[in-house]
Amino acid sequence: MAAVPQRVHLKFLVNGEETPVSFAPYKTLLEVLREDLNLTGTKHGCELGECGACAVLIDGEPHLSCLVLGVECEGRRIETVEGLADGAELHPLQAAFADLGAAQCGYCTPGILMTAKALLDKDPNPSRETIKEAISGNLCRCTGYQQIFEAIEEAAVRMKP
Amino acid sequence: MSTQGKLRVIGKARRRVDGRAKVTGLTRFADDIVLPRMLHCRLLRSPHPHAEILEIITGKAEKLPGVHLILTGKDFPVTFGIMPVAQDEYPLANGRVRYVGDPIAAVIAKDEQTATEALDLIEVKFKQLKTISNPEEALQNPEPRIHDYGDQGNIHRIQSYEFGDVDEALAKSDHVFDDLFFYEGNTHLPIEQHASVAAPDGEGKLTLWSSTQVPHYIHRALARALQMPASHIRVIACPNGGGFGGKCDLHNHEIVVSRAALKLGRPVKICLNREEVFYMHRGRHPVLMRMRTGVTKDGKLTGMHLQTLLDGGGYGSYGPASTFYTGVLQTVTYELPRYKFDACRAFTNKPPCGPKRGHGTPQPRFGQEVQLDKIAEKLKLDPAELRLNIVAKPDTLTANWLKIGTIGLAECIRQATARSDWKKKFRKMGPGRGIGIACSSYLSGAGLPIYWNKMPHSGVQLLADRSGQVTVFCGATEIGQGSDDVLAAMVAEVLGMDPYDIRCVTGDTALTPVDLGSYSSRVTVMMGNAAIQAAEKLKAQIAEAAGEQLEVIPSRLSFSDGRVFVTENSNKSLSFKEAVEFAEVKFGTLGAVGSYTPPRAPGRYKGAGVGPSPAYSYSACVVEVEVDQATGWIAVPKIWIAHDIGRTVNPVLARGQVEGSVYMGLAEALMEEQVFRRLPPKMSHALVHKIPSLLEYKSPTSLDMPEIDTILIEDPDPNCPFGAKEAGQGPLLPVMPAVANAIFDAVGVRIDELPITPDKVLKALELKAAGKNPRVGPERFPLVPYPKSIFVLPPWEGGDGKESKRDDAVAVV
Amino acid sequence: MMRLPWFDYRAPRTVAEAAKILAGEGPGAMLIAGGTDLLPNMKRRHQTPKVLVSLRGIPSLKSFSNGSGVAFGSGLTLTEVIRNEKTPTALYQAAAQVATVHLRNSGTLGGNLCLDTRCTYYNQNHEWRKAIDFCLKKDGDICWVATASKRCVAVSSTDTAPALIALNAKVILEGVPGQREIPVENLYRNDGIDYLSRKPDEILTQISIPGGWESTYWKLRRRGAFDFPILGVAIALQFSSEKIIQEARVALGAAASRPFLLEKASEFLKGKKLSDDVIAETSTLIASRAKPLDNTDMDLYWRKEVADDFAGYALRELRGDDMRATRLRIARFAV
Repeated sequence: MAAVPQRVHLKFLVNGEETPVSFAPYKTLLEVLREDLNLTGTKHGCELGECGACAVLIDGEPHLSCLVLGVECEGRRIETVEGLADGAELHPLQAAFADLGAAQCGYCTPGILMTAKALLDKDPNPSRETIKEAISGNLCRCTGYQQIFEAIEEAAVRMKP
Repeated sequence: MSTQGKLRVIGKARRRVDGRAKVTGLTRFADDIVLPRMLHCRLLRSPHPHAEILEIITGKAEKLPGVHLILTGKDFPVTFGIMPVAQDEYPLANGRVRYVGDPIAAVIAKDEQTATEALDLIEVKFKQLKTISNPEEALQNPEPRIHDYGDQGNIHRIQSYEFGDVDEALAKSDHVFDDLFFYEGNTHLPIEQHASVAAPDGEGKLTLWSSTQVPHYIHRALARALQMPASHIRVIACPNGGGFGGKCDLHNHEIVVSRAALKLGRPVKICLNREEVFYMHRGRHPVLMRMRTGVTKDGKLTGMHLQTLLDGGGYGSYGPASTFYTGVLQTVTYELPRYKFDACRAFTNKPPCGPKRGHGTPQPRFGQEVQLDKIAEKLKLDPAELRLNIVAKPDTLTANWLKIGTIGLAECIRQATARSDWKKKFRKMGPGRGIGIACSSYLSGAGLPIYWNKMPHSGVQLLADRSGQVTVFCGATEIGQGSDDVLAAMVAEVLGMDPYDIRCVTGDTALTPVDLGSYSSRVTVMMGNAAIQAAEKLKAQIAEAAGEQLEVIPSRLSFSDGRVFVTENSNKSLSFKEAVEFAEVKFGTLGAVGSYTPPRAPGRYKGAGVGPSPAYSYSACVVEVEVDQATGWIAVPKIWIAHDIGRTVNPVLARGQVEGSVYMGLAEALMEEQVFRRLPPKMSHALVHKIPSLLEYKSPTSLDMPEIDTILIEDPDPNCPFGAKEAGQGPLLPVMPAVANAIFDAVGVRIDELPITPDKVLKALELKAAGKNPRVGPERFPLVPYPKSIFVLPPWEGGDGKESKRDDAVAVV
Repeated sequence: MMRLPWFDYRAPRTVAEAAKILAGEGPGAMLIAGGTDLLPNMKRRHQTPKVLVSLRGIPSLKSFSNGSGVAFGSGLTLTEVIRNEKTPTALYQAAAQVATVHLRNSGTLGGNLCLDTRCTYYNQNHEWRKAIDFCLKKDGDICWVATASKRCVAVSSTDTAPALIALNAKVILEGVPGQREIPVENLYRNDGIDYLSRKPDEILTQISIPGGWESTYWKLRRRGAFDFPILGVAIALQFSSEKIIQEARVALGAAASRPFLLEKASEFLKGKKLSDDVIAETSTLIASRAKPLDNTDMDLYWRKEVADDFAGYALRELRGDDMRATRLRIARFAV
């Protein structure tokens, strides 16, 4: 395996910033974010695509960072929970999640927030059914989901111009 | 406790105090911790369910570049266990493995990848031993013993209690119902996998950050496991990414990384992978139950004889407590004059079982509530009415000497049935549609700690200074339930502050007073009471100083909105900050402590320590189902739950706890099971977890959850802080039986075992079509050598709470 | 954390270049498109390719064309297939029920067609498989599902393949020597290990579907998301103006190591109207070909018993019955 480089050096676009990063090439985006960029807001629950905890946005769409190769992220636009707030101002989704009990332990929360952001970016008035479908790839063990649905609905209302 | 006056914080829907951190990714879970020079640990686990270890060869692994240390059983001569009576585990196997996944060796390396590669280079030689795969096998095979302790053979615990002569009560009953039930095991499945970081500090002392619900117990147990003074160990409980009881044990990996960090003088981290979390388990025991219950023709209970057989897995864990909990709370919901309870926990070669949300009580609750449905059916009574007629009375003792205080169950039943339109739906929904009801109760904190002592269960310390800031210190642990929010709310309410102005320092054994941990739904009641006591003391000091300034006696002062003012003349006031300054001048540095110890329980017999609680919560649940008669497919359109919470501290969080409980209960009712697979014995010794993954261990997605209508019933309990009882476990309990009862209402079949899957429903429907007993469930209860009962007379039969002779009973009509 | 083993990464820009790398590297090289199937398998050490040949950077695989039928580039994601208004119903319903939103955003149509077969004895971590001394599919000698079996019985778990078989779709396979087009059903072999007829240096580049079908796909699984099918029924029909069936194609998924066309049931439907009797008889015919084994989720006998119900749902839907309520109960969302 002598041909395989020990590290690769690439540039990602993370939360709007051009971010050079060097990492072992076997790493997935999840590992690069958490271990090489210290963005530990993105969580992991299985690393096999079975829980949704590691969801981030790549070029605006939610993907599981545990199943995206780091080497395939060069130049791509990556959004994580760390980039969701506008300075000190929480994103309406964050505020609604905090206010309405959508985050209990908070572990699945970053993945759901990012998934919900992608939804609202596309569909500012999602129905309850659309919301349920949109986050059905994010397991939560605390809430029973209902307060999450309500928080996404509330955020949609608060985001109305 | 102190509840006078209008409440300004308690009862208001608010963003939780730690809410912002949770939505910004700033909440620091254990695996988020990164320290300079940190190394990474991975564990080599047993591929065999039961074997002796003959040799461990680590030479090759040691030579792998990047490997710093390899530890094996010989590095850990001392046993550990969370309960003093079950010190039966080694951090790394000491010559014997007892389940697939039992840790054998640890590699500490520069990164996880290298540690994983090194695991493959360790060679272990085993001698296979006969495997015990379930409790019946354990009863039939006393040898080989999985442990050389326990009540006999492969029985870990076996016991019997009788409160009044139950056989006599059953003999005098109009009807006796004799049913068998089985509740499959299941696991917590927190989305956060257990992680720990251990690091030596500048003085060579140890700090352990861990995803644990019980830092105090870990602190004690770690001192023993490492043979180190507790004063040299600091345990910090990171916020848990879900606990549900799965992070209540001291875990092998916590001891291993601690030892490694001390040996290497560097931080060492471990994060289990998902399969390993399934092996850590300590979850719901599989329990087989036989329940014989006597009733009068109008549906009053006369007596109950419950027998349970628990599959304990390979180690003790909380098993001795779990064994008790499969019976002790059967008495606190309905009036039950006499009660007998036999229990047996067997060792098997599977991951150890322990406490999961509801700890031991959901299993018999399922049986009891389904049996009540059968009773109502037979007696032609409405099952809701039947329950209303037998609800236990407030301020009474139960047959097994538990003290019931407030009980809002009747109101729960009334509200849940009213909101669900029960009367219009029950038996009237048409083919394939049905509705079911069940009730439950749960502890608001266990009356005794897991190690015997008379010290407080929770301590709170308050700091206030001239800056106007208030910091509250408590050992309680945030596991998502909102522990920090309750703490801030209690202090804020007493001191008239905004909860967001209070800083919480929690779950750190070096900084915070002891709190026993986030288990048994104890935090709100125990920490809350301690917090109120501390805050009242601080308030008294501040009031005394402020009174002098405002020239009134302290009792005429009010604390509200960050001000201290004369109650009748709010213009005469000081800011809280000014008041604290005066208090600091008068008393010197300010501080106050509060503590809480639960009231002494009335039971005096051996074993009476399990079951008492400062208060019991109650719930009633109504579930609507649709069952496809051709396939058995089950859909649940809606669930109503009414929960007697005493008083709601923060309605947003309370509702979340209730709905989360309903979710988990529904999951246990319909899909979750921790099941094992044995390969053909002639070809293999294997006994493996069938589905140790988040994909195949099924937990409901957002699309699988019905709408939940949550009703909080407030009936403040005098033992509880501002009257608040628990909400995080009790509401799980009635969901499973309510589902089973709804399925009976829909299609007339009884599924007496969990989970209730379409194949079981279809099988029962086929039995029904063939004119046979339309029931799927256990068919027999094995012969279990329960001992002679400890006999205790119920309070109303002249008992004094102590064990007595059978013939002490006075004549009872 | 589960991690990938070390690998060398190559990103060709054309199919020809990719085929050349495959041919040159031999069995040590594997293709990666969305990665949602391969990467978990690599983390569990089912596959440890020396070289990963990524198809992400090949623009031609993202093509779509619409003529007498439709043709999808294999590199289109399942989300792109779902969002495409020209996607035939059965394919849409199949793609929309694959895994989760996130996985559909990454996973490709070509990837779903080439999905590794699955088995509860196989889709486990390396450590778990060591505890059963491995199995026939990987590193072992015995099939634990059927210990007498010489053949691996891992289950084909692709949703889109049965839908495409019913729709009479074809795929193009492109290798160094050139390309060939084969019917989708011929892409598969009934062998859990060697489950594709694709040659090691071939790349599945395009899926073309003829027009004119009314089609449907019904998926059985436990939950509303994540889960692989434990039965997939796909049916495509062409009707005359009198509602008489002119052409019929019935396919099953997750019922063997390959998805397959049910010739007898398809033949039986031709020339008939979808009366209740015809539906019942066809459903029985279909169900007789579902021979589930104990290597997926849910009870084996139950899965066998409900196969005719699922076939009936599909046929009734094609007849025009309002099956939305049943759909909602089974799929848990409006498909």
